[in-house]
Amino acid sequence: MVEFKINGKQVKAEKGETVLAVAIREGFAIPTLCHHDVLGADGRCRLCVVEVRRGNRKRIVTSCLYPVENSIDVFTESDDVKLVRMTVLELLLARCPFSEVIQYLAKQYGVNTVRYTKDNDKGKCILCNTCVKTCETLVGVAALGMTGKGPLKKVSTPFDEPSDVCIGCGACVVACPTGHIYMEDRDGFRTIWRKKFELARCPACGRYHAPVEQLEFISKKSGVAIDELRICQNCK
Amino acid sequence: MSVVELDRIASEYNNKIEGFQKIIHICTGTGCVSSGALKVFNRLRDAIDSEGLTEKVLVKKTGCHGLCERGPIVVFGNDEILYQTVGKRNVEDDVKLLIATIKDDQIAEKLLYRGDDKTKRYVSTHDIPFYSGQTRLVLALNGIIDPEIIEDYIVHGGYRALVKALSMHRDEIIEWIDKSGLRGKGGGGFPTGVKWRSCKTAEGSPRYVLANGDEGDPGAFMDRSLMEGNPHAILEGMIIGAYAIGSNQGYIYVRDEYPLAVERLSKAIGQAREYGFLGNDIFHSGFDFDIEIFRGGGAFVCGESTALMTSIEGQAGEPRAKYIHTVEKGLREKPTNLNNVETWASVPEIINKGWEWFSSIGTELSKGTKVFSLVGKVNNTGLVEVPMGMTLKEIIFGLGGGIQGGKKFKAVQTGGPSGGCIPEEYLEMPVDFDSLTKLGSMMGSGGMIVMDERSCMVDVARYFLKFLVEESCGKCTPCREGVRRMYEIVDRICSGNGGEGDIEHLEELARAIGLGSLCGLGQSAPNPVLSTLKFFKEEYRIHIEEKKCPAGVCKSLITLHINPEKCTGCMRCASECPVGCITGEKKQVHTIDQTTCIKCGNCYDVCHFDAVTIE
Ligand SMILES: Cc1cc2nc3c(=O)[nH]c(=O)nc-3n(C[C@H](O)[C@H](O)[C@H](O)COP(=O)(O)O)c2cc1C
Ligand code: SF4
Ligand code: SF4
Ligand code: SF4
Ligand code: SF4
Ligand code: FES
Ligand code: FES
Repeated sequence: MVEFKINGKQVKAEKGETVLAVAIREGFAIPTLCHHDVLGADGRCRLCVVEVRRGNRKRIVTSCLYPVENSIDVFTESDDVKLVRMTVLELLLARCPFSEVIQYLAKQYGVNTVRYTKDNDKGKCILCNTCVKTCETLVGVAALGMTGKGPLKKVSTPFDEPSDVCIGCGACVVACPTGHIYMEDRDGFRTIWRKKFELARCPACGRYHAPVEQLEFISKKSGVAIDELRICQNCK
Repeated sequence: MSVVELDRIASEYNNKIEGFQKIIHICTGTGCVSSGALKVFNRLRDAIDSEGLTEKVLVKKTGCHGLCERGPIVVFGNDEILYQTVGKRNVEDDVKLLIATIKDDQIAEKLLYRGDDKTKRYVSTHDIPFYSGQTRLVLALNGIIDPEIIEDYIVHGGYRALVKALSMHRDEIIEWIDKSGLRGKGGGGFPTGVKWRSCKTAEGSPRYVLANGDEGDPGAFMDRSLMEGNPHAILEGMIIGAYAIGSNQGYIYVRDEYPLAVERLSKAIGQAREYGFLGNDIFHSGFDFDIEIFRGGGAFVCGESTALMTSIEGQAGEPRAKYIHTVEKGLREKPTNLNNVETWASVPEIINKGWEWFSSIGTELSKGTKVFSLVGKVNNTGLVEVPMGMTLKEIIFGLGGGIQGGKKFKAVQTGGPSGGCIPEEYLEMPVDFDSLTKLGSMMGSGGMIVMDERSCMVDVARYFLKFLVEESCGKCTPCREGVRRMYEIVDRICSGNGGEGDIEHLEELARAIGLGSLCGLGQSAPNPVLSTLKFFKEEYRIHIEEKKCPAGVCKSLITLHINPEKCTGCMRCASECPVGCITGEKKQVHTIDQTTCIKCGNCYDVCHFDAVTIE
């Protein structure tokens, strides 16, 4: 058992827990963008920063990664925390001016103006990496990756070509916190990440419900016959 | 293996070279090779053969002597004669001069090293201030031994420290390193003994030891010179460290742009394996250890410890948070001890000569020496190894021979891209880890760029920011987005569009990026701006308020004029102007057409009469 303080309140935690997990459990609000309950954290967005004091040493850490420690003093709204958080939000808003999520958070944390020239080529992507991890860990195909570095970094399929391994499941779309990933179902086809998928039509109700490639993938993984998978959830 | 056996290897090799009456060292470091050292080597060998001197003269290929800009370097015997730029103009002629030196001890005046005033010529290396002011521990054998011949290293005392270490208790070795005061030379100056001990006591196995040879700082080449010039010192240090820490596997991370370093290290590893210095049951001690080379893709951030480890694991070189230290969970989540190559190479001599010896060199808190790459507007550029605590003035004006062209010193930038600029009033400051940090700069891996009055400090900040924008890995928001916004602001100031509040905005961003970034790159990325703001704020203010660049560098803020009082009408500027915007008859006052001038500054640089002025 580890004991420490968050904003003056004495709290208890298990060894190995993160400050973020404990803070949320104890009712303190800490904004996050790249942390994911299932996929974990890798400390990219830096929105979840908190101040950790021990004696007269203080430092800014990312709460989504920082393991709890005995007798630390955590502050979730110190001046430095606010400075980093507001800076991150202003920077992200300049990068993704049309992202509703960023707009909302910026407003909430008092960022009312953007002092930079706004980007118009980054869409709503804040490079949180959630889609990459979703595809790799949850779907298990690893169709996405980060390429480039610095401000040119972006998420894409290898060489921006339609991916051989993407099954068009759309899990990345659901996972993306900003709604950056474009996916369209139309006329029996799904388009995502520049790849066009034929959608399977339910033999019972005639509704298009999932890409054929996805059903084949599931069939191979689960051993369930493809014909059975072609029947949609509603008609099962 | 024992000391007796090492002595036997050494004396066998000595017997082989005993018959030679003269030994000539030709530098085959990257710098000299690119200026033609191999050609000189081959021609000289041919000439020696045809003179019938093959049995009498030994020509050795060595690593870098630190004077790369004046390469190819050729040294006779025990530093008796140093020749520079050999073969630069004409290989055949210069080889003839070398032969004359060999046969008749005739000294070739024109190949001698010249002083700053270009008149005094030095014969022996020992007399050249650039060398005589140095204390060479790490680089002691660079330029003396043939890095491709392990026996040459052994002749010079190599691998004796390993024999000694293997007879010591592991904790004793760590205690020695600790007491010696050795601190990491890769940037942070972390106490090496403390690191080793934490790694040794960390739970988990296997344990890894890594050598950092990434050296991403633009213009820096000390680690390259060491890897190329004395690879065995690095290996020996690593083997000793691995033994003390309890590791059986080591990696040396070398950037891909250093093919010669990779080649020399690979050869060295092969030879060390043959003698049983690497491999299983080293010297019957029951200790197994081997080293592999990992070639990095050459991103600056890959020198950062966690990014380096991620990269060895085969993933994109992105840093990770270090809330759990890499000595506990590093490479493949196992206890890992990473040291810079120069740190590793310092180890054998500490074991040989004792920690007391090492700790007697340097300052109270920074022991031993540091290798710097001294570059920029200084007369003598090159690698210098000096005891910690030498003052900036001694380095720049003593070893470096002062500022080129008699110009005025303005600042020295230390610590690589994310270091800082130190102004004149701190020239007397002793150079060590802590005093540099106190000034808002850092030791970094040892880059030292000297700047004169013609350097604009806002432009310097802009230059480093640009590098950092490109080298940010892009993983975390403050660094990826914030540093480029700092660059935009500084760029705006340089182009005359700075406005009120820009400085405060920079300071605010700098603080947020420093606090909020994930790794050392972002955390220190604001340094170039913060340190120039600290010491040269006035220069920023003049750019912003008066729209002028006092150093005459920022193109949008300057105009060039020809002073009619001084212009002699020599026509030199007109012939050097790339856009032909200078007009005037011979012996008549010239004028610059301001509408087409691109402000390249050529006319200013070439005018012998100081007639061109920059405002
Ligand atoms: C952006 C960045 C780049 C770095 N590059 C290097 C490098 O090229 N070589 C190096 O030895 N250390 C480099 N370091 C420091 C390493 O992270 C690490 O501290 C060092 O290799 C440890 O060795 P030492 O204790 O012997 O200095 C870098 C650090 C950062 C943050
Ligand atoms: S749609 Fe493609 S990229 Fe997205 S999660 Fe599914 S397989 Fe991966
Ligand atoms: S596309 Fe969405 S999930 Fe993927 S990195 Fe960008 S913001 Fe994150
Ligand atoms: S600070 Fe910069 S280099 Fe380091 S992880 Fe963040 S983006 Fe990458
Ligand atoms: S600054 Fe360059 S372009 Fe302008 S007058 Fe001089 S030489 Fe010509
Ligand atoms: S949620 Fe912690 S860094 Fe993004
Ligand atoms: S490479 Fe020859 S002196 Fe440096």
